[in-house]
Formats: sequence, C-alpha cells, structure tokens
Amino acid sequence: MAERITLQVARYRPETDTEATFQDYEVPCPKEWVVLDGLNYIKDQLDGTLSYRWSCRMGICGSCGMTVNGEPRLTCATFLTDYLPGPIRVEPLRNFPIVRDLVVEIGDFMRKLVRVKPWIIRDHEQPLSDGEYRQTPDELSDYKQFSMCINCMLCYSACPIYGLDPKFVGPAAIALAQRYNLDSRDEGARERLEILSEHEGIWGCTFVGECTKVCPKNVDPAGAIQRYKLHSAVESLKAFFMPRGAP
Amino acid sequence: MAASRDVLLVGGGGAGLRAAIAIAETNPKLTIGVISKVYPMRSHTVSAEGGAAGVIRADDSLDEHAYDTISGGDWLSDQDAVEAFVEEAPRELLRLEHWGCPWSREEDGRVGVRPFGGMKKMRTWFAADKTGFHMLHTLFQTSLKYTTIDRFDEWFVTRLLVDDGRVRGVVALDIMSGKVEVITARAVILCTGGCGRVFPFTTNAAIKSGDGMALAYRAGAPLKDMEFVQYHPTGLPFTGILITEAARAEGGYLINKDGYRYLQDYNLGKPEPKPVLRSMELGPRDRLSQAFVKEFEKGRTIATSYGHVVHLDLRHLGEKVIDSKIPFVRELCLKYQNVDPVSELIPVRPVVHYMMGGVHTDINGATPIEGLYAAGEVACVSINGANRLGSNSLPELLVFGTRAGLAAAEYASRPSFAGTAVLAQGRDEQRRLETQFQQNNGHERLAVIRDEMQKTMEESAGIYRSGESLCRGADRLRTLRDRMAGVGIDDGSRTFNTERVAALELSFMLDVAEAIVISALKREESRGAHQRTDFPSRDDQRYLAHSLIHCQPDGSSRLEYLPVTITRWPPAERVYGK
Repeated sequence: MAERITLQVARYRPETDTEATFQDYEVPCPKEWVVLDGLNYIKDQLDGTLSYRWSCRMGICGSCGMTVNGEPRLTCATFLTDYLPGPIRVEPLRNFPIVRDLVVEIGDFMRKLVRVKPWIIRDHEQPLSDGEYRQTPDELSDYKQFSMCINCMLCYSACPIYGLDPKFVGPAAIALAQRYNLDSRDEGARERLEILSEHEGIWGCTFVGECTKVCPKNVDPAGAIQRYKLHSAVESLKAFFMPRGAP
Repeated sequence: MAASRDVLLVGGGGAGLRAAIAIAETNPKLTIGVISKVYPMRSHTVSAEGGAAGVIRADDSLDEHAYDTISGGDWLSDQDAVEAFVEEAPRELLRLEHWGCPWSREEDGRVGVRPFGGMKKMRTWFAADKTGFHMLHTLFQTSLKYTTIDRFDEWFVTRLLVDDGRVRGVVALDIMSGKVEVITARAVILCTGGCGRVFPFTTNAAIKSGDGMALAYRAGAPLKDMEFVQYHPTGLPFTGILITEAARAEGGYLINKDGYRYLQDYNLGKPEPKPVLRSMELGPRDRLSQAFVKEFEKGRTIATSYGHVVHLDLRHLGEKVIDSKIPFVRELCLKYQNVDPVSELIPVRPVVHYMMGGVHTDINGATPIEGLYAAGEVACVSINGANRLGSNSLPELLVFGTRAGLAAAEYASRPSFAGTAVLAQGRDEQRRLETQFQQNNGHERLAVIRDEMQKTMEESAGIYRSGESLCRGADRLRTLRDRMAGVGIDDGSRTFNTERVAALELSFMLDVAEAIVISALKREESRGAHQRTDFPSRDDQRYLAHSLIHCQPDGSSRLEYLPVTITRWPPAERVYGK
C-alpha cells in the first residue's frame, strides 16, 4: 500500500468566511509527486471547491507559488516525500491580500513593474537593417541572471520590508530594473533612477537577503538591490557636484 | 453599458502580445484590449525551450529554410505562406533583439545559432534553453510601454459575438469576481495557443485547452488539418516535461534498452559521433516518435511505472557543455526526474506537444468570419503542414502575430457599428452561464469525464491510428458530450471559481477532441504526424489538401478539402540521413 500524507490546506471564501481556516486532506505520496500533484488530487477526487493557480508544472510560468510549511515555494517543484511523515501545511503566499483559498492578489506588483520601465530605452534606435546590437557573452552575463525572474512572487512573500511597507517597490521589480540598466543595449538607467531612488525605492531595503534565499531561479534580487544602491549613491553625488551636463 | 475596444486579443502569449504591439505601433489611435485567462507572462510560450529559426548565416538561404519546412511538413504546407514566413522570420527575431531579448551570442557579439531537427543549416536562434521564456518576458515587458494596450488579466472568454457574418466582440468571465461581461470590438484576434490537454500525456501546460479553436468553431469558422497532432519524441515519463530537441542538437544520443542508437534502423541515416544535420537524432519529430513505437513493438524499450521509455544519453557531452548550452535540461532532470544527465541516462518517451491544425486562416491571419483573426498555435495558416519542425513555432507566432495585428488594425480603422443583435446575443450568453452556474448539482464528476476523454484520445488518435480506433473514439466522445450535460460543480462561490472555469474548458476540449478524431477518420492516407495503419502510404491524388471541419447548426460536423498551395517545390519523397 502506497504511503499517504496529510495536507493541511488554508481555506478562505470571502462570501462566507471572516477568516482563513485549515482543512485536512489525505493524499497519496508516490516519490514523483509534488505538492501541486497533491492539490490536484484533492481538486479532482476529494473537493472541487479548492482554488489555486497553476499552469506549466515545470517551474517556469511562475503561477503556483504558495507557503509550504512556512516557506514560500513553487509547489510544482516541492516533493511531498521530503515532508514525510507530514502533515504539510499549505497556505497562500504571505504579504499579499488573499482572494480566495490559496489565491492571492498580485495587482500591486503588476503596477510596480510598469513603474520601473522594464523595457529597452535608447536615445537613438538603430534601424533593423543595420542588424543586431552587438553584445558579447561577457556583456550578456552582466545582466543575464537578473533576466531569469519568473515573477513568481516568492521574494515579495519572503521580504520583511514589503510586509511592513507595501509601498516598497520590492525585490523582483528592482531586479528587473537592474536587468535593463546593466544591458549594454539600454540607455535608460537615469529614467529608472527616479522611481528607484524614492523613499519607497531601494533605500527601504535593509539587506535582509530573504529574497535571494527563496528565489527558485537564483536571480539574487538582494544583490541587484545592493548594486543599485551603490550606483544610485554615486549618481546622487554626481548630481550634487555637477548639477547639469554630468558626463 | 458594455465595455468596448477597437481590437481585442484573446490570449496574451507570444502571438497575442506581438499582435498587440504591432497594432499599437501602426495605429496609436486604436484601443487594444488583451484578454487572457492567466497573467500574460504565465502563458505557455514561456515553456518553449530550444529556439527560434531564422536565416542569418551567409552559408544559409531562405530557400533552404523553406525547403526544410515544406519537406518536414510532408508537403502539406502552403508554400506561399512558408515563403513569407522564412523571409520575415529573421527580421522579427532581430526586432526582438532590439527589444532586449537576451539571445545567446558568439564571441564577437553577434547572435549565435544552433542546429535543430529537420533543419539542414544552423539557423536556430536561442536564449540558452529558455528561449520561449525570454521571448515572452521581452514581449510582455515591452508591451507595458504602450499606453493604448490595456489588459483583462484572468478573464476567460466564453463566446464570440458574431452578427451578419462579422465578429463584434466577446463575452468573458472575470475569474476574480465571477462577473460575466460583454466586451464589444471591431476586430478580434484569437491567440490562445494549442490544445494538448485533450490528451493524457502532454508537454502542454494546464491552460492549453483549445479555447480559441472551440470559440471559432462554434462561431462558424472552420478548423483546418486538425488530424495532425505532434508527438515530441523526448518527454520525461510521468510529468511529460519536455526535454528540448536542443539536447540532441548539442550531440545527445537516443538509445534503446541495449544501448543501441536505434534510429539507424528507420531510414534516418547512419550513427556518427557528432550530430549530423537532418540525420539520426536530428531527424523530424514525427519520424522519431514513430520509430519509438516500432522499437516498443520489437520489445527493445524499457518498462517503467509510467510506461515504456528509451534513453537520451548526454553523458559524453560533459558538464561544461550541458551547463552552458542546455542548463534547463539539467535543472529539469534533477528537479523533476531525480536524474543527473552529466552522469546518468535520461528516460524519455513521445509526448503530445503541438497542434499543427487550428483555426483556418489566410496568410494574414484572417478567418472566414469578417473581423476575426487568429495567430500562433491556435491558427493553421498553414506553414507547418503535416509535421512542424522544431524552432519554427516561435518565429511563427512573431511573423503571423504581426501580420494578424496589422490586418486587424487596418480592418478596425474602418467605421463600423455594432448592432443591437450583438447585445442580445451577449445577454443570452450571460443567461446561459448564469443558469449553468445555478444548476450545478449534476452527478457526473468533471475529472472523470476529462480523464475518459484523454484516454479516448490516446487510444484512438495516437501516433498510429486506424479507421477502427477512430470510429470507436468518435462514439465514446459523443457519449462523453452527453454526459457533460450532467456534470456537477461542487463550488458555489463566484470568487475565483476555478472549477467553473475547468467545466467551460472541458466543454471546449470535447469539441476540439471530436474535430481531431473526425478529421483523422476522414483522411485515408498516412502523411507526417497522421499515420493510419489501414492506409500506410501518402496519397497525393486524394489528399494533397487541407481538411476543413465545420460545425453545423445542429452540432454535427461537415468536412471539406482545400487544395494545398504549391509554388516552387512539387511533392517529393522526404529524405533524411543522406
């Protein structure tokens, strides 16, 4: 007989509940199964009312982030057997408003993402007929790590600053700003500086480093924030000593 | 008062976002709405790994890319469409480079290219082995700078509104609130991707339920070449996670239980230590998946608890090549299969991957319904014919996303007025969904019907089919459709009701499944990915033609055929390994 494990799943329905409660479900746990497989088993076999997001189940779409035994995790990449004998507590990501069950509202991040202008900004666009912008493998590696963010929100969920001050732009958005700032094709760093230098920008971060620890793609948002602080401080000094026409 | 946009995109993956940007750039006066059932950066384009084909090397030519595509498609591709495609692909890939896509590079800073299955030259651009991920995020982030593009994130379209032969908008469910709204539009572009989830074992994400295909089909647009379903030869057992063709392009071997490179027995060339283009492991996907079945029949595959497998051997490539060229392969193998390809064999088996067929469109993405366009995997132009080559789908969604966007923008710039009939249709649909929501106490379980549909599809319309298997499949699908009427929904909440969405998706999938099975039954030949054991050869006399399946008002289907457009490459034998 295959082993089984208990999932204690947070339930919250805004129409009827005033607060979240836990419901226990027993699911099989073959060695191949991840927490998401357990949730799908519940949804298909036990209780169709459980709501959660998922899609690719290969760790690249960023949909299925949840809090598993207190840690923010991609549930498609978290094996049930690692938690034997159980139980496993599955909750929505922290630091976000809860919509329903395991579903959180991430509109705040989506709005912040636009504010950091995550696109190539150039003074002069080279015509396509001139071919590609040359970029050596070394130049690519300057920003590549920060381009790996899947927007899964685990870093926001782990960030103590975001938890206290929702105005904080937050790890993923800053890493993405830095991804463009460090791209040899981009000339928009000054435009992005304004938003990132505001009070709720990077100065809010006290380098706790939780974001980097939980990132499933090794993006290192904490590193991005620290590099950006340095850059920003230098820019402010430049602006102070050379108010206009700084080189 | 219904919301309104000049152009609506249904789907926010690669094709949808590319189309939206094309519209925003060509006519900044048009309002654009992107409706997607997931946040756009979750779209399935994100999972594409290996790369995107586009001729850039001096030793390559557009004609060679066209020939590879046409022969790869077993001469079912429309050659005028292929010619346009290969010509525009490099420019589109370059545009993405200008928008910041982190393409892998040569030492001198030029974009690098890699070999790929069925391609005679190296022309596949790549961003390591997360090409789709980087393309999608580049497109999504770039789309944010256009203020005329706004989004309906996590809205699910349930119906197209068509009046007097013209599309006038959609009805959509806001998943968050449960409200059903009418959104009118002058033009609508379907970019919802494929339908791999009608099968049990697929690389496709949970969201790939053929929504756009079913929406168009129900609205009266025909589906084209639905019998052509691509099995990718190398999926991980149990999860179905794709191990990219790039693993073989970098030099991986496919071996059977005896450690033998079995593809040499299937007219695919001779085994060489280094990869040879259009040969052996770099043959086309249809032929490789078919070879697996033959190996299984000979008893030379390996039994596992999740079906028979063969092995993909990357060990001889070494850690350095694996980590620099195909790092995601290693990550996926370690995280999901507990296998390290540096030192161990990867178990793989064929897995449903891509739908060659789709909504019938012309070369500009236009469907027979005025104002309705389609692009990407949901559409069938057709450039892919009977079998798509790896790394053609990503440039396809750029080229035809742009084309559909421009055509829709042009169409939407002309004056037109939605009549009251459309709003009445919208109210009908709102009532239908409300009734369905209220009367949810049926005794049939959603997951049971879905599982039976998937099993039926695998048994009746898999890598090899027969008239007998397809007839049986068609019968079972009809029964499942009847049973769908009695499906019960446990969830009575309006807020983020994923069970309600799953029921709507399943209803779409049943339509798409039936279209696949009936189209396959009527094509009495074997071509590309459509292999009939009872009609084992290609029949150009009868079937050098696209199938078009129409939904009749009474719910039954009608099939007709449309000749393939041949320009410069008359039908010939497909030759690999020579």
